Amino acid sequence: MSLEPFICVRGVAARLMQNNIDTDQITPGHVGMKVATSGFGEGLFFNWRYNSDGTENSDFILNQQPFRDAKFLIAGVNFGCGSSREFAVFALRDFGFRAIIAPSFGAIFTSNCYMNGIAPIILAEEDVVALAEEISSDCATMTIDMKACEIHSPKGKVFTFHIPALQRERMLLGLDAISQTLKRDSEITDFQAADAKRRPWVYEVTGL
Amino acid sequence: MKRTFFEKVWDDHVIADLGDDAFLIHIDRNFLHEVSGAISLKGMDSAGRKVRNPDLTFATLDHVLETIPGRGMTTRMPGGNDFLSEFSERVGPHDIKFFDLDDPRQGIVHVIAPELGLVLPGMTFICGDSHTCTIGGVGAFAWGVGTSDSEHALSTQTVIATKPKTLRINFEGELQSGVYAKDMILALIGAYTADGGTGFAIEFAGEAVRSLSMDGRLTLCNMAVEFGGRTGMVAPDEITYDYLKGREFSPKGDDWDRAIEYWRTLPSDLEAQYDAEYTLDCSQLTPQITWGTSPEHVIGIEEKTPGLLGILDPTARSSRQRAMEYAEIGSGQSVLGLAITGAFIGSCTNSRIDDLRAAAEVLRGRKVADGVLAICVPGSTTVKKQAEAEGLDKVFLEAGFEWRESGCSLCMSGATGGESFPKNARVIASTNRNFENRQGPNVKSHLASPVTVAASAIAGFIANAQHLTEKN
Repeated sequence: MSLEPFICVRGVAARLMQNNIDTDQITPGHVGMKVATSGFGEGLFFNWRYNSDGTENSDFILNQQPFRDAKFLIAGVNFGCGSSREFAVFALRDFGFRAIIAPSFGAIFTSNCYMNGIAPIILAEEDVVALAEEISSDCATMTIDMKACEIHSPKGKVFTFHIPALQRERMLLGLDAISQTLKRDSEITDFQAADAKRRPWVYEVTGL
Repeated sequence: MKRTFFEKVWDDHVIADLGDDAFLIHIDRNFLHEVSGAISLKGMDSAGRKVRNPDLTFATLDHVLETIPGRGMTTRMPGGNDFLSEFSERVGPHDIKFFDLDDPRQGIVHVIAPELGLVLPGMTFICGDSHTCTIGGVGAFAWGVGTSDSEHALSTQTVIATKPKTLRINFEGELQSGVYAKDMILALIGAYTADGGTGFAIEFAGEAVRSLSMDGRLTLCNMAVEFGGRTGMVAPDEITYDYLKGREFSPKGDDWDRAIEYWRTLPSDLEAQYDAEYTLDCSQLTPQITWGTSPEHVIGIEEKTPGLLGILDPTARSSRQRAMEYAEIGSGQSVLGLAITGAFIGSCTNSRIDDLRAAAEVLRGRKVADGVLAICVPGSTTVKKQAEAEGLDKVFLEAGFEWRESGCSLCMSGATGGESFPKNARVIASTNRNFENRQGPNVKSHLASPVTVAASAIAGFIANAQHLTEKN
């Protein structure tokens, strides 16, 4: 499965400036769970996006224009903490998000983002705040340039970021990780052969 | 070069350096459950690939499987039956060892892997569940992954990982009576916030950790993810070896001798440097409890809530405000004495035999207060059988607790529309997440040790077990 390449993406940014937004809030588990990896966009932020009677909560940012079409999300510290559920990333991707910008992320969420072609971009807390403060309903379009590792803010400020080289290359080319790693199968075999001499009990799983 | 415990384990699993701090890491054990596993197996099957090392791959049912006695292969979680059936169907053809519904070894992954000796010191261990870090209690490098990384490991027996920095937490001093591993980890997260461990592999050390039983160590490591850590680990020692010796899948004979010789080389070299180090004095630690919607919202059970005091940052202020509104908790308020209508003892955090024994001590000869729905879900079928052999089930039942089959139950199922507390309930739980709606719609969860949960169930309000013991 190849991913949608991320080279230079221009789009609307929405801000959701809360700390510790956990994956239970990103995708509540009671909404549309299925054995699948797509079709989760409707469940995104379900408890915040919809009232208990099923109508849209008009106060929620993603129910307002132009943020219904947002491609970037700007959030507080520790975004995506909590459960390892990849549904959270599927839902963000299915809604249309290509990047999340925050001062820090949950570790598992970060890895899940890379696996699905979403850029988890870390900026210093003051830069996240500065970027968020620029966003308004008539000034929300910005650009993320993955080649240059730059964010061009709605008002023209430039923020640089770091993405690990391997992940950046995969994003630029839309490569899926498993196909890449399968090319290293002989290295894995060699490792296991040597390791089995050193730690045989790891490989000899017999039980009683 | 002097190396830390984590660095030694890491180095022994690097297959390739992929540059810029990314590495191809060998996975010694890949454990699947019905939710994440159904998707990772489906992905692999759809791509026409095979499980590369079925001998190193294991499966069980825990996440959405009912825990009601007399259960079958069903769940009340909407859509959940598809996970149970599709997972079971897909595990079959791959020759993966599967501890399924009728297997006496079934249970929560993080409870059964150590108790079966399926995870050993110095191993790498992954599962599609964030609390996989629990298993660091036996000295493994264990961490939770998403379905894609799990599928990556099914197909390649590897994961691509960035190398975390190292953080040592020194829990010094001796715990007072009535204070447990759960209180230690809650205190840590309360002091250093829910992302205090972000970017780190965390080693828990110090006198208070060394004297913890294996069950306590597993509890401690369980919430490393709630602290933001990639993993939490305790270096192996005699307690570890005594715990593992003779378990079903533990090495035997010469293999055991060789293994133990290797394990003894793993603890940090004397002068090894950590990237960061924090010290907590446990000698004055009191029972801890959460008041809000993040595991960092922690206070001592006799203390008052901090409210917005000292929080200047606007994002932090609005986050705190939101938590206070959801939890219906004010500033400078005591949580002690808050009425509860639910109490849960279970989850990969606190559902092992030590937890059940400690809670049963509180419950013995006492009754759960009227109007409190009290539920105990042992972490594994093995734990359940052991507890029943000791008569603990009778203690729970006579006190008015439900005594269930093993699984994750109300720890996560409430968030999926499965087993949950009634709408708007305020509950106390031995679990790990007090997130909004985690244990049911608009349910307010307070996290604490099993002993605090038991004492509160008896009282009908949040109570300090230390006082309960004195009074009676």
